[in-house]
Amino acid sequence: MAAMDGESGMFVVQQTIGSVLCCKCGIPMTPNAANMCVKCLRSEVDITEGLQKHVIITHCPECDTYLQPPRTRIKAQLESKELLTFCCKRVKNLSKLKLIHAEFVWTEPHSKRIKVKLRVQKEVLNGAVLEQACVVEYVVQDQMCESCSRAQANGDQWVAAVQLRQHVSHRRTFFYLEQLILKHDAAVRAIRIKQMDQGIDFFFGSRSHAAKFIDFVGKVVPVKTRHDKQLVSHDQKSNNFNYKYTFSVEICPICREDLVCLPPKLVANLGNLGPLVICTKVSNSIALLDPSSLRHCFLDTEQYWRASFKSLLTSKQLVEYVVLDVDIVSSDVNIGGDSKHVLAEVQVARVSDFGKNDTMFFVKTHLGHLLNVGDYALGYDLYAANSNDMELDKYKGLVLPEVILVKKSYEEKRQKKGGKARPWKLKSLNMEVDISGATRGRVDEEKMDAEYEQFLRDLEENPELRFNISLYRNRDYQPSEMASVIDGDDDDDDDAPVVPSEEFADLEINDEDVKGDDDDDDGMRESS
Amino acid sequence: MATRLRFENSCEIGVFTKLTNAYCLVANEGSESFYSIFESELADVIPVVKTSIGGTRIIGRLCIGNKKGLLLPHTTTDQELQHLRNSLPDEVVVQRINEKLSALGNCMACNDHVALTHTDLDKETEEMIADVLGVEVFRQTIAGNVLVGSYCAFSNRGGLVHPHTSIEDLDELSTLLQVPLVAGTVNRGSEVIAGGLIVNDWTAFCGSDTTATELSVIENVFKLREAQPNDVANEMRKSLIDTLA
Repeated sequence: MAAMDGESGMFVVQQTIGSVLCCKCGIPMTPNAANMCVKCLRSEVDITEGLQKHVIITHCPECDTYLQPPRTRIKAQLESKELLTFCCKRVKNLSKLKLIHAEFVWTEPHSKRIKVKLRVQKEVLNGAVLEQACVVEYVVQDQMCESCSRAQANGDQWVAAVQLRQHVSHRRTFFYLEQLILKHDAAVRAIRIKQMDQGIDFFFGSRSHAAKFIDFVGKVVPVKTRHDKQLVSHDQKSNNFNYKYTFSVEICPICREDLVCLPPKLVANLGNLGPLVICTKVSNSIALLDPSSLRHCFLDTEQYWRASFKSLLTSKQLVEYVVLDVDIVSSDVNIGGDSKHVLAEVQVARVSDFGKNDTMFFVKTHLGHLLNVGDYALGYDLYAANSNDMELDKYKGLVLPEVILVKKSYEEKRQKKGGKARPWKLKSLNMEVDISGATRGRVDEEKMDAEYEQFLRDLEENPELRFNISLYRNRDYQPSEMASVIDGDDDDDDDAPVVPSEEFADLEINDEDVKGDDDDDDGMRESS
Repeated sequence: MATRLRFENSCEIGVFTKLTNAYCLVANEGSESFYSIFESELADVIPVVKTSIGGTRIIGRLCIGNKKGLLLPHTTTDQELQHLRNSLPDEVVVQRINEKLSALGNCMACNDHVALTHTDLDKETEEMIADVLGVEVFRQTIAGNVLVGSYCAFSNRGGLVHPHTSIEDLDELSTLLQVPLVAGTVNRGSEVIAGGLIVNDWTAFCGSDTTATELSVIENVFKLREAQPNDVANEMRKSLIDTLA
């Protein structure tokens, strides 16, 4: 009966809990807060009384989402955790009870009924806690969500259009931009992407999606944006205005490897740089390099658009030269991180002139670290060029160099290898082609293919360019023995550049992605 | 027999009434029907007195008494004291006491021989109780509650205590009180026994929420089935003669 309490040493009387009669039915039971046996308590109070047992939920059969009033849509599979959470939230008055457990009761999927078994607790009759189970039935009503019904009615009903343009004669920038967009999933929200002359049009279902996309583009290339809106409809009673937005986004026309003659004002601003400079890199700023002095500068978007100059000569006008003599002038100069240049004086002759006449040029170049005697290099032939550039005319008494070399040429090596397939490939955006452009037919297509090939070569030559984009393993690629034999007798370090296999080792494109890029979502996720 | 009734829609009739073997106090300003139930049940045996204590109606919680005496809190007015002295039989001693725990009905419970009191009651009060009521006084708790007057009700024949009272406590209490005790409830599971139940040796009144089960427990433990007002006196006489003999 009595025991010594171990800790305090106090004498404590042992307490045996007695039994009382249930006040309703009279069976003996241990006393509880209500002093009523559980059965009587159950019959007395139904804690699920206020609970909503039949709930109607709205489901969109197209996108498989459930409507969480007022507007949110929740994507959930049947019997999923998300759906259970959603279902529990939809039951009215559940907040007054304590939810202990919830589970699905299996129902036929086509029955349009979902049953959830809930176990709830509630405090009843001066402090007794009662637990009870109940089944809540949900009636699934199919109703298409706003976006799906809009898509069903007219798939390409866009609200905001982004017209991305670059006023140059090639599409290299867009090829690069396409890869960036794919890598960053920037255009997943686009309803439609249309390839236009000198650019791409992106159509979005909402203005904010377009604005987000423009933000992204503005971070990777220097752009100038203006936007307009057109009133489509207007509800006077609710003061709702329905607009269509058009964003015109112009990408700066200066591309990598372009030759630029800077305006005198900008030259003065930049401390007498140039005025003839090569653009070495375009990101959200433009990197300019003076090849004769190795001086360089970066122009950000704002600075560029203030001056807004055009290129004097573009990469299409590059002429191939053969290097006859190299004389290193300075040691290495690092520019903007890891790109290294060495100033050199070289003696070059046009490849086209080779064996015909003795025209040779002595020029200064920034490619001293790459060029060796006998190499081929690409450069702008200012000697023969007939330029009518406004900016150039402003300089009185400017002595133009006869040649400005831009990059080393690997054309020779490539021809030796002979159209070998690459071990990697790129994904592409699912773009419609502008109908008006299609009338120009095959010539246009061939030109595109040539430009694309050029872009791929650029990627191979320039690791900096590859840095931001995802390469995918080409499963069809078989390294042929022929190629390796030819490779073998070549000088190793003079070989045409290839992409190291570790850069694309872990990425593969799904089959459907290669074929048509139908399912952009899945493919994109892999690349992240 | 136990009677079920309510006072102005409240089942806590123990708050508004006080019942002993020698008198019954009923709150003022109650409905006439409430009063008449007591009248019809008790009038030919003991006086039923309408009164207030300190101007309030919660007389059951404020005073304590048995057939020998009645103790009133210091809040009682002179008029009330005089009224009670006039109304009650001469052998009942009516006394006002100076105790800071003025809800005497909550702080103590008694029958004609024994009283259980709050543990913090004054020494003088304790002596006064022993003198006026002629009882042995025990400082006790019931199921850990110090308000012994609220959580138990007992007569000379039996007693009902808080449902959470352990078996050991029940044994101890019934040894002290010398009456059989049982743990139970009134008013459909209420544990405030004295709030819902007033009892003397031959009759009991309880709140109208009290269920049949509770009622049968009450009737059994207080031995109300066979009880008659005269029985008590007879039995007492018999036992007296027994002991004298």
